[in-house]
Amino acid sequence: MTVPIKVETLSYTYNPGTPLARTALDDVNLEIGDGEFIGLIGATGSGKSTLIQHFNGLLKPTRGRVLVDGVDIWQKDVRLKDIRTKVGLVFQYPEHQLFEETVFADIAFGPRNMGLGDDEINARVRRALELVGLDFEAVKGRSPFELSGGEMRRVAIAGVLAMEPSVLVLDEPVSGLDPRGRDELLEELARLHRRSECTVILVSHSMEDVARLAKRLVVMHKGKVVADGPVREVFRMTDLLKEVGLGVPQVTEVMHELARRGKDVRTDVLTVEEAKAELLRLLRGEGRVR
Amino acid sequence: MFGNLTIGQYIPGDSLVHKLDPRVKIFITLVVITVLFLVSTMAGYGLVLLFILGAVLLAHLPMRFVMRGVRPLLFILVLTFGLHLFMNEGRVLFRVGPLVAPYEGAFKGFAMSMRLVLLVLATSILTLSTSPIELTDGIESILSPARVLGVPAHELAMMMTIALRFIPTLLEETDKIMKAQMARGADFETGNVVQKAKSLVPLLVPLFVSAFRRADELAMAMEARCYRGGQGRTRMKQLRVGAKDILAAIGSTAALVAVAVYL
Repeated sequence: MTVPIKVETLSYTYNPGTPLARTALDDVNLEIGDGEFIGLIGATGSGKSTLIQHFNGLLKPTRGRVLVDGVDIWQKDVRLKDIRTKVGLVFQYPEHQLFEETVFADIAFGPRNMGLGDDEINARVRRALELVGLDFEAVKGRSPFELSGGEMRRVAIAGVLAMEPSVLVLDEPVSGLDPRGRDELLEELARLHRRSECTVILVSHSMEDVARLAKRLVVMHKGKVVADGPVREVFRMTDLLKEVGLGVPQVTEVMHELARRGKDVRTDVLTVEEAKAELLRLLRGEGRVR
Repeated sequence: MFGNLTIGQYIPGDSLVHKLDPRVKIFITLVVITVLFLVSTMAGYGLVLLFILGAVLLAHLPMRFVMRGVRPLLFILVLTFGLHLFMNEGRVLFRVGPLVAPYEGAFKGFAMSMRLVLLVLATSILTLSTSPIELTDGIESILSPARVLGVPAHELAMMMTIALRFIPTLLEETDKIMKAQMARGADFETGNVVQKAKSLVPLLVPLFVSAFRRADELAMAMEARCYRGGQGRTRMKQLRVGAKDILAAIGSTAALVAVAVYL
Protein backbone atom coordinates (compact mmCIF):
# COMPACT_ATOMS: atom_id res chain seq x y z
CA MET A 1 0.00 0.00 0.00
CA THR A 2 1.34 3.42 -0.87
CA VAL A 3 1.50 6.21 1.65
CA PRO A 4 0.15 9.44 0.14
CA ILE A 5 1.33 11.62 2.99
CA LYS A 6 3.87 10.94 5.68
CA VAL A 7 5.07 13.49 8.20
CA GLU A 8 8.21 12.83 10.20
CA THR A 9 9.29 14.73 13.34
CA LEU A 10 7.77 17.89 11.92
CA SER A 11 8.16 21.13 13.83
CA TYR A 12 7.24 24.61 12.70
CA THR A 13 7.88 28.00 14.28
CA TYR A 14 6.28 31.23 13.12
CA ASN A 15 8.53 34.33 13.05
CA PRO A 16 11.64 32.45 14.16
CA GLY A 17 14.34 34.56 15.76
CA THR A 18 12.05 37.45 16.69
CA PRO A 19 10.28 38.34 19.93
CA LEU A 20 7.08 37.20 18.22
CA ALA A 21 8.33 33.63 17.66
CA ARG A 22 5.68 30.99 18.28
CA THR A 23 5.96 27.24 17.94
CA ALA A 24 2.89 25.98 16.11
CA LEU A 25 3.94 22.39 15.52
CA ASP A 26 6.10 20.34 17.82
CA ASP A 27 7.51 17.01 16.67
CA VAL A 28 4.50 15.74 14.74
CA ASN A 29 4.58 12.24 13.26
CA LEU A 30 1.72 11.12 11.08
CA GLU A 31 1.06 8.64 8.34
CA ILE A 32 -1.94 8.97 6.09
CA GLY A 33 -2.92 5.88 4.14
CA ASP A 34 -4.41 5.62 0.68
CA GLY A 35 -8.18 6.12 0.57
CA GLU A 36 -8.55 7.00 4.24
CA PHE A 37 -11.12 9.47 5.51
CA ILE A 38 -9.49 11.26 8.40
CA GLY A 39 -10.96 13.78 10.78
CA LEU A 40 -8.41 16.25 12.13
CA ILE A 41 -9.68 17.91 15.27
CA GLY A 42 -8.28 20.27 17.84
CA ALA A 43 -9.13 23.52 19.59
CA THR A 44 -8.34 26.88 17.98
CA GLY A 45 -4.60 27.39 17.85
CA SER A 46 -3.78 23.70 18.22
CA GLY A 47 -1.81 23.68 14.95
CA LYS A 48 -4.31 22.00 12.60
CA SER A 49 -4.15 24.67 9.92
CA THR A 50 -0.38 24.91 10.15
CA LEU A 51 -0.11 21.15 9.78
CA ILE A 52 -2.25 20.91 6.66
CA GLN A 53 -0.30 23.70 4.99
CA HIS A 54 2.73 21.43 5.19
CA PHE A 55 0.95 18.67 3.25
CA ASN A 56 1.24 20.56 -0.05
CA GLY A 57 4.39 22.55 0.61
CA LEU A 58 2.86 25.93 1.40
CA LEU A 59 4.92 26.04 4.57
CA LYS A 60 8.45 24.77 4.86
CA PRO A 61 9.15 22.73 7.99
CA THR A 62 11.45 24.31 10.55
CA ARG A 63 12.49 20.75 11.36
CA GLY A 64 11.48 17.35 10.04
CA ARG A 65 10.26 16.04 6.71
CA VAL A 66 7.07 15.81 4.70
CA LEU A 67 6.79 12.95 2.22
CA VAL A 68 4.15 12.82 -0.49
CA ASP A 69 3.97 9.44 -2.24
CA GLY A 70 7.25 8.58 -0.56
CA VAL A 71 9.12 11.62 -1.86
CA ASP A 72 10.50 14.34 0.41
CA ILE A 73 8.80 17.42 -1.05
CA TRP A 74 11.62 19.77 -0.05
CA GLN A 75 14.24 17.93 -2.07
CA LYS A 76 15.84 20.11 -4.71
CA ASP A 77 14.39 18.42 -7.81
CA VAL A 78 10.78 18.31 -6.60
CA ARG A 79 8.39 20.78 -8.26
CA LEU A 80 6.00 22.02 -5.59
CA LYS A 81 3.44 22.70 -8.30
CA ASP A 82 3.21 18.95 -8.94
CA ILE A 83 2.79 18.29 -5.23
CA ARG A 84 -0.04 20.81 -5.11
CA THR A 85 -1.94 19.01 -7.86
CA LYS A 86 -1.59 15.77 -5.89
CA VAL A 87 -2.65 17.26 -2.57
CA GLY A 88 -5.63 19.58 -3.02
CA LEU A 89 -6.11 22.03 -0.17
CA VAL A 90 -9.40 23.83 0.46
CA PHE A 91 -8.88 26.67 2.91
CA GLN A 92 -11.38 27.89 5.45
CA TYR A 93 -13.93 30.23 3.83
CA PRO A 94 -12.66 29.28 0.36
CA GLU A 95 -15.25 31.56 -1.27
CA HIS A 96 -12.97 34.46 -0.31
CA GLN A 97 -10.53 33.36 -2.98
CA LEU A 98 -12.95 33.60 -5.92
CA PHE A 99 -11.80 36.19 -8.43
CA GLU A 100 -12.85 35.36 -11.98
CA GLU A 101 -15.68 36.84 -14.01
CA THR A 102 -17.46 33.53 -14.46
CA VAL A 103 -17.83 30.39 -12.43
CA PHE A 104 -16.33 28.40 -15.29
CA ALA A 105 -13.20 30.55 -15.48
CA ASP A 106 -12.70 30.40 -11.72
CA ILE A 107 -12.89 26.62 -11.54
CA ALA A 108 -10.70 26.35 -14.64
CA PHE A 109 -7.95 28.37 -12.92
CA GLY A 110 -6.35 25.31 -11.29
CA PRO A 111 -6.52 22.98 -14.33
CA ARG A 112 -5.23 25.81 -16.53
CA ASN A 113 -2.24 26.29 -14.23
CA MET A 114 -1.58 22.58 -14.68
CA GLY A 115 -1.24 23.23 -18.41
CA LEU A 116 -4.16 21.05 -19.50
CA GLY A 117 -5.91 21.39 -22.88
CA ASP A 118 -9.28 23.08 -23.36
CA ASP A 119 -11.25 19.86 -23.79
CA GLU A 120 -9.79 18.35 -20.65
CA ILE A 121 -10.42 21.56 -18.70
CA ASN A 122 -14.01 21.65 -19.90
CA ALA A 123 -14.57 18.04 -18.84
CA ARG A 124 -12.97 18.61 -15.45
CA VAL A 125 -14.99 21.74 -14.65
CA ARG A 126 -18.13 19.79 -15.57
CA ARG A 127 -17.17 16.88 -13.32
CA ALA A 128 -16.15 19.15 -10.43
CA LEU A 129 -19.41 21.09 -10.54
CA GLU A 130 -21.36 17.87 -10.62
CA LEU A 131 -19.44 16.56 -7.60
CA VAL A 132 -20.43 19.58 -5.53
CA GLY A 133 -24.03 19.32 -6.69
CA LEU A 134 -24.27 22.33 -8.99
CA ASP A 135 -25.72 22.35 -12.50
CA PHE A 136 -22.95 23.03 -15.04
CA GLU A 137 -25.16 24.69 -17.65
CA ALA A 138 -26.95 26.86 -15.11
CA VAL A 139 -23.94 28.32 -13.30
CA LYS A 140 -21.00 28.21 -15.71
CA GLY A 141 -21.61 31.66 -17.17
CA ARG A 142 -22.64 33.41 -13.97
CA SER A 143 -20.43 35.66 -11.91
CA PRO A 144 -19.28 33.86 -8.77
CA PHE A 145 -20.04 37.02 -6.79
CA GLU A 146 -23.77 36.89 -7.50
CA LEU A 147 -24.18 33.37 -6.09
CA SER A 148 -25.49 32.58 -2.63
CA GLY A 149 -23.01 31.90 0.17
CA GLY A 150 -23.46 28.14 -0.05
CA GLU A 151 -23.10 28.14 -3.83
CA MET A 152 -19.95 30.26 -3.64
CA ARG A 153 -18.50 27.77 -1.19
CA ARG A 154 -19.28 24.92 -3.59
CA VAL A 155 -17.75 26.71 -6.55
CA ALA A 156 -14.59 27.37 -4.54
CA ILE A 157 -14.37 23.72 -3.50
CA ALA A 158 -14.97 22.70 -7.12
CA GLY A 159 -11.99 24.88 -8.03
CA VAL A 160 -9.77 22.51 -6.04
CA LEU A 161 -11.62 19.33 -7.07
CA ALA A 162 -11.09 20.21 -10.75
CA MET A 163 -7.39 19.60 -10.24
CA GLU A 164 -8.41 16.02 -9.38
CA PRO A 165 -6.01 15.63 -6.47
CA SER A 166 -5.45 12.19 -4.95
CA VAL A 167 -5.57 13.69 -1.46
CA LEU A 168 -8.18 16.28 -0.58
CA VAL A 169 -7.69 18.40 2.53
CA LEU A 170 -10.56 20.59 3.70
CA ASP A 171 -10.23 23.15 6.49
CA GLU A 172 -13.60 23.65 8.18
CA PRO A 173 -15.53 23.29 4.91
CA VAL A 174 -18.97 23.78 6.44
CA SER A 175 -18.32 26.59 8.90
CA GLY A 176 -20.73 29.46 8.43
CA LEU A 177 -23.24 27.46 6.38
CA ASP A 178 -26.83 26.96 7.46
CA PRO A 179 -27.80 23.49 8.75
CA ARG A 180 -29.18 22.39 5.41
CA GLY A 181 -26.15 23.62 3.45
CA ARG A 182 -23.99 21.82 6.00
CA ASP A 183 -25.77 18.52 5.64
CA GLU A 184 -25.76 18.67 1.87
CA LEU A 185 -22.11 19.55 1.60
CA LEU A 186 -21.06 16.86 4.07
CA GLU A 187 -23.16 14.32 2.19
CA GLU A 188 -21.44 15.34 -1.03
CA LEU A 189 -18.06 14.90 0.61
CA ALA A 190 -19.01 11.40 1.73
CA ARG A 191 -20.19 10.57 -1.79
CA LEU A 192 -17.05 12.02 -3.31
CA HIS A 193 -14.95 9.86 -1.04
CA ARG A 194 -16.94 6.73 -1.91
CA ARG A 195 -16.90 7.36 -5.63
CA SER A 196 -13.43 8.64 -6.36
CA GLU A 197 -11.70 6.71 -3.57
CA CYS A 198 -9.51 9.71 -2.92
CA THR A 199 -8.01 10.28 0.49
CA VAL A 200 -9.88 12.94 2.45
CA ILE A 201 -8.66 14.87 5.46
CA LEU A 202 -11.39 16.89 7.13
CA VAL A 203 -10.43 19.57 9.62
CA SER A 204 -13.34 20.37 11.85
CA HIS A 205 -14.55 21.77 15.13
CA SER A 206 -17.69 19.75 15.00
CA MET A 207 -17.48 16.37 16.69
CA GLU A 208 -20.80 15.41 15.06
CA ASP A 209 -19.43 16.02 11.56
CA VAL A 210 -16.27 13.99 11.99
CA ALA A 211 -18.16 11.26 13.82
CA ARG A 212 -20.48 10.93 10.88
CA LEU A 213 -17.89 10.94 8.11
CA ALA A 214 -14.41 10.00 9.25
CA LYS A 215 -13.05 6.54 9.93
CA ARG A 216 -10.00 7.73 11.77
CA LEU A 217 -9.46 10.71 14.05
CA VAL A 218 -6.31 12.67 14.71
CA VAL A 219 -6.49 14.96 17.73
CA MET A 220 -4.12 17.91 18.06
CA HIS A 221 -3.30 19.96 21.12
CA LYS A 222 -0.66 22.69 21.41
CA GLY A 223 1.13 21.61 18.27
CA LYS A 224 1.26 17.93 19.11
CA VAL A 225 -0.75 14.90 18.06
CA VAL A 226 -2.29 13.69 21.32
CA ALA A 227 -4.56 10.96 19.98
CA ASP A 228 -4.78 9.07 16.72
CA GLY A 229 -6.97 6.09 15.97
CA PRO A 230 -10.36 4.77 14.82
CA VAL A 231 -13.18 7.19 15.54
CA ARG A 232 -14.89 5.03 18.15
CA GLU A 233 -11.69 4.49 20.09
CA VAL A 234 -10.82 8.18 20.13
CA PHE A 235 -14.30 9.19 21.28
CA ARG A 236 -13.94 6.75 24.15
CA MET A 237 -11.22 9.03 25.55
CA THR A 238 -13.72 11.52 26.92
CA ASP A 239 -11.39 12.89 29.58
CA LEU A 240 -8.55 13.55 27.17
CA LEU A 241 -10.86 15.25 24.69
CA LYS A 242 -12.31 17.49 27.41
CA GLU A 243 -8.83 18.33 28.63
CA VAL A 244 -7.79 19.60 25.20
CA GLY A 245 -10.89 21.77 24.88
CA LEU A 246 -12.94 19.40 22.75
CA GLY A 247 -15.79 17.08 23.51
CA VAL A 248 -17.59 14.08 22.11
CA PRO A 249 -20.72 14.15 19.94
CA GLN A 250 -23.79 15.04 21.94
CA VAL A 251 -25.39 11.61 21.53
CA THR A 252 -22.19 9.98 22.74
CA GLU A 253 -22.27 12.31 25.74
CA VAL A 254 -25.84 11.18 26.50
CA MET A 255 -24.80 7.54 26.41
CA HIS A 256 -21.85 8.23 28.70
CA GLU A 257 -24.20 9.91 31.15
CA LEU A 258 -26.63 6.97 31.04
CA ALA A 259 -23.78 4.55 31.66
CA ARG A 260 -22.62 6.68 34.58
CA ARG A 261 -26.10 6.38 36.09
CA GLY A 262 -25.82 2.63 35.94
CA LYS A 263 -27.63 1.84 32.72
CA ASP A 264 -26.19 -0.97 30.65
CA VAL A 265 -25.56 0.86 27.35
CA ARG A 266 -22.74 1.03 24.86
CA THR A 267 -20.79 4.28 25.15
CA ASP A 268 -19.13 4.17 21.73
CA VAL A 269 -22.28 5.31 19.96
CA LEU A 270 -21.60 8.04 17.42
CA THR A 271 -24.79 8.88 15.56
CA VAL A 272 -28.40 9.49 16.44
CA GLU A 273 -29.43 6.33 14.53
CA GLU A 274 -27.07 4.17 16.58
CA ALA A 275 -28.25 5.82 19.77
CA LYS A 276 -31.85 5.12 18.84
CA ALA A 277 -31.12 1.43 18.27
CA GLU A 278 -29.20 1.21 21.51
CA LEU A 279 -31.87 2.96 23.55
CA LEU A 280 -34.60 0.75 22.10
CA ARG A 281 -32.54 -2.29 23.01
CA LEU A 282 -32.18 -0.96 26.54
CA LEU A 283 -35.88 -0.19 26.92
CA ARG A 284 -36.86 -3.57 25.53
CA GLY A 285 -34.47 -5.19 27.97
CA GLU A 286 -36.23 -3.41 30.81
CA GLY A 287 -39.55 -4.46 29.36
CA ARG A 288 -40.81 -0.93 28.83
CA VAL A 289 -41.25 -1.25 25.08
CA ARG A 290 -42.18 -4.21 23.07
CA MET B 1 6.86 37.02 2.90
CA PHE B 2 6.24 40.15 4.95
CA GLY B 3 7.89 38.71 8.03
CA ASN B 4 10.80 41.16 8.11
CA LEU B 5 8.77 44.33 8.12
CA THR B 6 9.88 46.15 11.26
CA ILE B 7 8.39 49.57 10.65
CA GLY B 8 4.90 49.98 12.03
CA GLN B 9 5.24 46.99 14.33
CA TYR B 10 4.81 47.34 18.06
CA ILE B 11 6.57 45.31 20.72
CA PRO B 12 4.60 45.45 23.96
CA GLY B 13 6.57 46.16 27.10
CA ASP B 14 6.56 48.24 30.26
CA SER B 15 9.92 49.96 30.04
CA LEU B 16 10.42 53.63 30.84
CA VAL B 17 10.25 54.46 27.13
CA HIS B 18 7.02 52.51 26.70
CA LYS B 19 5.43 54.41 29.56
CA LEU B 20 6.28 57.89 28.33
CA ASP B 21 3.44 60.01 27.06
CA PRO B 22 3.11 59.45 23.30
CA ARG B 23 3.13 63.19 22.68
CA VAL B 24 6.47 63.48 24.45
CA LYS B 25 7.85 60.62 22.37
CA ILE B 26 6.63 62.21 19.15
CA PHE B 27 8.15 65.50 20.25
CA ILE B 28 11.54 63.92 21.04
CA THR B 29 11.50 62.05 17.73
CA LEU B 30 10.88 65.33 15.92
CA VAL B 31 13.78 66.92 17.81
CA VAL B 32 16.05 64.02 16.82
CA ILE B 33 15.02 64.42 13.17
CA THR B 34 15.63 68.18 13.25
CA VAL B 35 19.00 67.75 14.92
CA LEU B 36 19.96 65.14 12.31
CA PHE B 37 19.54 67.76 9.62
CA LEU B 38 21.55 70.34 11.56
CA VAL B 39 24.66 68.40 12.56
CA SER B 40 27.39 68.02 9.99
CA THR B 41 30.31 66.40 11.81
CA MET B 42 31.13 62.77 12.47
CA ALA B 43 31.15 63.42 16.20
CA GLY B 44 27.64 64.88 15.92
CA TYR B 45 26.29 61.79 14.13
CA GLY B 46 28.12 59.62 16.63
CA LEU B 47 26.42 61.32 19.57
CA VAL B 48 22.97 61.09 17.98
CA LEU B 49 23.65 57.40 17.33
CA LEU B 50 24.61 57.00 20.99
CA PHE B 51 21.38 58.74 22.02
CA ILE B 52 19.34 56.39 19.84
CA LEU B 53 21.14 53.27 21.05
CA GLY B 54 20.56 54.47 24.61
CA ALA B 55 16.84 54.77 23.86
CA VAL B 56 16.80 51.24 22.41
CA LEU B 57 18.42 49.90 25.58
CA LEU B 58 16.07 51.88 27.84
CA ALA B 59 13.08 50.56 25.91
CA HIS B 60 14.34 46.97 26.30
CA LEU B 61 13.95 46.46 22.57
CA PRO B 62 15.97 43.62 21.03
CA MET B 63 18.85 45.38 19.23
CA ARG B 64 18.93 42.93 16.32
CA PHE B 65 15.24 43.37 15.67
CA VAL B 66 15.57 47.15 15.59
CA MET B 67 18.57 46.94 13.26
CA ARG B 68 16.67 44.71 10.87
CA GLY B 69 14.42 47.67 10.12
CA VAL B 70 17.33 49.24 8.24
CA ARG B 71 17.58 46.32 5.83
CA PRO B 72 14.89 47.42 3.35
CA LEU B 73 16.84 50.67 3.09
CA LEU B 74 19.98 48.98 1.82
CA PHE B 75 19.43 49.82 -1.83
CA ILE B 76 18.80 53.51 -1.15
CA LEU B 77 21.84 53.60 1.14
CA VAL B 78 24.13 52.15 -1.50
CA LEU B 79 22.71 54.53 -4.11
CA THR B 80 23.08 57.58 -1.84
CA PHE B 81 26.60 56.66 -0.88
CA GLY B 82 27.57 55.94 -4.49
CA LEU B 83 26.17 59.21 -5.82
CA HIS B 84 27.84 61.31 -3.14
CA LEU B 85 31.08 59.40 -3.51
CA PHE B 86 31.49 60.11 -7.20
CA MET B 87 29.63 63.42 -7.62
CA ASN B 88 31.89 65.52 -5.40
CA GLU B 89 35.24 67.16 -6.04
CA GLY B 90 38.34 67.23 -3.90
CA ARG B 91 41.42 65.22 -2.98
CA VAL B 92 41.41 61.97 -4.93
CA LEU B 93 40.81 58.88 -2.85
CA PHE B 94 40.63 56.36 -5.73
CA ARG B 95 39.49 56.09 -9.34
CA VAL B 96 37.26 53.61 -11.15
CA GLY B 97 37.71 54.12 -14.87
CA PRO B 98 36.56 57.68 -15.65
CA LEU B 99 34.98 58.08 -12.21
CA VAL B 100 36.86 59.90 -9.50
CA ALA B 101 36.10 59.33 -5.84
CA PRO B 102 37.35 62.15 -3.58
CA TYR B 103 37.73 62.08 0.21
CA GLU B 104 35.04 64.72 0.50
CA GLY B 105 32.64 62.53 -1.45
CA ALA B 106 33.30 59.56 0.78
CA PHE B 107 32.65 61.71 3.85
CA LYS B 108 29.46 63.26 2.48
CA GLY B 109 28.22 59.88 1.27
CA PHE B 110 28.85 58.37 4.66
CA ALA B 111 27.19 61.30 6.43
CA MET B 112 24.09 61.13 4.24
CA SER B 113 23.75 57.37 4.68
CA MET B 114 24.20 57.77 8.42
CA ARG B 115 21.48 60.40 8.42
CA LEU B 116 19.06 58.04 6.66
CA VAL B 117 19.85 55.13 8.98
CA LEU B 118 19.42 57.29 12.07
CA LEU B 119 16.13 58.68 10.74
CA VAL B 120 14.74 55.19 10.30
CA LEU B 121 16.06 54.03 13.66
CA ALA B 122 14.62 57.00 15.52
CA THR B 123 11.17 56.61 14.00
CA SER B 124 11.15 52.86 14.44
CA ILE B 125 11.89 53.23 18.16
CA LEU B 126 8.82 55.45 18.34
CA THR B 127 6.56 52.90 16.64
CA LEU B 128 8.14 49.87 18.32
CA SER B 129 7.61 51.29 21.81
CA THR B 130 4.23 53.00 21.29
CA SER B 131 1.05 51.11 20.54
CA PRO B 132 -0.77 52.34 17.43
CA ILE B 133 -3.68 53.48 19.59
CA GLU B 134 -1.44 55.59 21.83
CA LEU B 135 0.32 56.96 18.80
CA THR B 136 -2.85 58.20 17.15
CA ASP B 137 -4.18 59.49 20.46
CA GLY B 138 -0.99 61.49 20.71
CA ILE B 139 -1.31 62.81 17.17
CA GLU B 140 -4.94 63.72 17.74
CA SER B 141 -4.02 65.59 20.88
CA ILE B 142 -1.18 67.43 19.10
CA LEU B 143 -3.44 68.34 16.18
CA SER B 144 -6.46 69.36 18.23
CA PRO B 145 -5.49 73.06 18.57
CA ALA B 146 -5.66 73.17 14.75
CA ARG B 147 -9.33 72.26 14.91
CA VAL B 148 -10.25 75.94 15.02
CA LEU B 149 -8.68 76.22 11.57
CA GLY B 150 -10.98 73.47 10.33
CA VAL B 151 -8.52 70.60 10.62
CA PRO B 152 -10.58 67.46 11.39
CA ALA B 153 -8.13 66.24 14.04
CA HIS B 154 -10.31 63.47 15.42
CA GLU B 155 -11.31 62.13 12.03
CA LEU B 156 -7.70 62.11 10.84
CA ALA B 157 -6.63 60.25 13.96
CA MET B 158 -9.49 57.76 13.63
CA MET B 159 -8.58 57.10 10.00
CA MET B 160 -4.98 56.54 10.98
CA THR B 161 -5.95 54.22 13.80
CA ILE B 162 -8.10 52.17 11.46
CA ALA B 163 -5.48 52.12 8.72
CA LEU B 164 -2.77 51.02 11.15
CA ARG B 165 -5.06 48.47 12.73
CA PHE B 166 -5.78 46.91 9.35
CA ILE B 167 -2.22 46.65 8.05
CA PRO B 168 -1.55 43.32 9.78
CA THR B 169 -5.06 42.09 8.96
CA LEU B 170 -4.62 42.82 5.28
CA LEU B 171 -1.13 41.32 5.24
CA GLU B 172 -2.55 38.19 6.82
CA GLU B 173 -5.36 38.15 4.31
CA THR B 174 -2.91 38.61 1.44
CA ASP B 175 -0.85 35.73 2.73
CA LYS B 176 -3.94 33.54 3.01
CA ILE B 177 -5.28 34.31 -0.45
CA MET B 178 -1.82 33.88 -1.94
CA LYS B 179 -1.55 30.46 -0.36
CA ALA B 180 -5.03 29.51 -1.50
CA GLN B 181 -4.20 30.44 -5.09
CA MET B 182 -0.82 28.75 -4.86
CA ALA B 183 -2.65 25.62 -3.76
CA ARG B 184 -4.41 25.89 -7.12
CA GLY B 185 -1.11 26.07 -8.94
CA ALA B 186 -0.79 29.87 -9.16
CA ASP B 187 2.76 31.12 -9.58
CA PHE B 188 3.65 34.56 -8.23
CA GLU B 189 7.39 34.36 -8.60
CA THR B 190 8.50 33.43 -12.09
CA GLY B 191 7.83 35.05 -15.47
CA ASN B 192 8.46 38.47 -16.99
CA VAL B 193 6.92 41.73 -15.78
CA VAL B 194 3.69 41.30 -17.76
CA GLN B 195 3.19 37.71 -16.57
CA LYS B 196 3.92 38.75 -12.99
CA ALA B 197 1.43 41.61 -13.17
CA LYS B 198 -1.17 39.25 -14.60
CA SER B 199 -0.51 36.69 -11.91
CA LEU B 200 -1.52 39.30 -9.33
CA VAL B 201 -5.14 39.44 -10.52
CA PRO B 202 -6.16 36.29 -8.59
CA LEU B 203 -4.66 37.95 -5.51
CA LEU B 204 -5.87 41.53 -5.89
CA VAL B 205 -9.51 40.88 -6.76
CA PRO B 206 -10.25 38.82 -3.64
CA LEU B 207 -8.18 41.24 -1.55
CA PHE B 208 -10.27 44.24 -2.67
CA VAL B 209 -13.49 42.33 -2.20
CA SER B 210 -12.51 41.45 1.34
CA ALA B 211 -11.24 44.97 2.13
CA PHE B 212 -14.60 46.44 1.14
CA ARG B 213 -16.45 43.76 3.09
CA ARG B 214 -14.36 44.50 6.15
CA ALA B 215 -14.87 48.25 5.80
CA ASP B 216 -18.61 47.66 5.61
CA GLU B 217 -18.63 45.45 8.65
CA LEU B 218 -16.47 47.84 10.63
CA ALA B 219 -18.70 50.81 9.80
CA MET B 220 -21.69 48.78 10.92
CA ALA B 221 -19.98 47.74 14.14
CA MET B 222 -18.99 51.32 14.91
CA GLU B 223 -22.50 52.60 14.30
CA ALA B 224 -23.92 49.82 16.42
CA ARG B 225 -21.82 51.22 19.25
CA CYS B 226 -23.16 54.70 18.60
CA TYR B 227 -20.01 56.16 17.07
CA ARG B 228 -20.77 59.53 15.54
CA GLY B 229 -17.47 61.34 15.33
CA GLY B 230 -15.31 63.06 17.92
CA GLN B 231 -17.80 65.60 19.23
CA GLY B 232 -18.31 65.13 22.94
CA ARG B 233 -16.49 61.81 22.99
CA THR B 234 -14.71 61.07 26.26
CA ARG B 235 -11.80 58.72 26.83
CA MET B 236 -11.20 55.87 29.18
CA LYS B 237 -7.48 56.56 29.17
CA GLN B 238 -6.67 60.25 29.38
CA LEU B 239 -3.25 61.32 28.21
CA ARG B 240 -1.39 63.00 31.07
CA VAL B 241 2.06 64.53 31.03
CA GLY B 242 3.78 63.62 34.28
CA ALA B 243 7.09 64.46 35.92
CA LYS B 244 9.03 61.77 34.06
CA ASP B 245 7.61 62.99 30.76
CA ILE B 246 8.74 66.53 31.42
CA LEU B 247 12.15 65.33 32.56
CA ALA B 248 12.55 63.12 29.49
CA ALA B 249 11.48 65.89 27.14
CA ILE B 250 13.75 68.54 28.71
CA GLY B 251 16.73 66.19 29.14
CA SER B 252 16.60 64.81 25.60
CA THR B 253 15.97 68.18 24.01
CA ALA B 254 18.80 69.82 25.94
CA ALA B 255 21.24 67.06 25.01
CA LEU B 256 20.24 67.04 21.36
CA VAL B 257 20.23 70.81 20.99
CA ALA B 258 23.68 70.92 22.58
CA VAL B 259 24.87 68.42 19.99
CA ALA B 260 23.35 70.50 17.21
CA VAL B 261 24.86 73.75 18.45
CA TYR B 262 28.38 72.61 19.29
CA LEU B 263 28.99 69.95 16.63
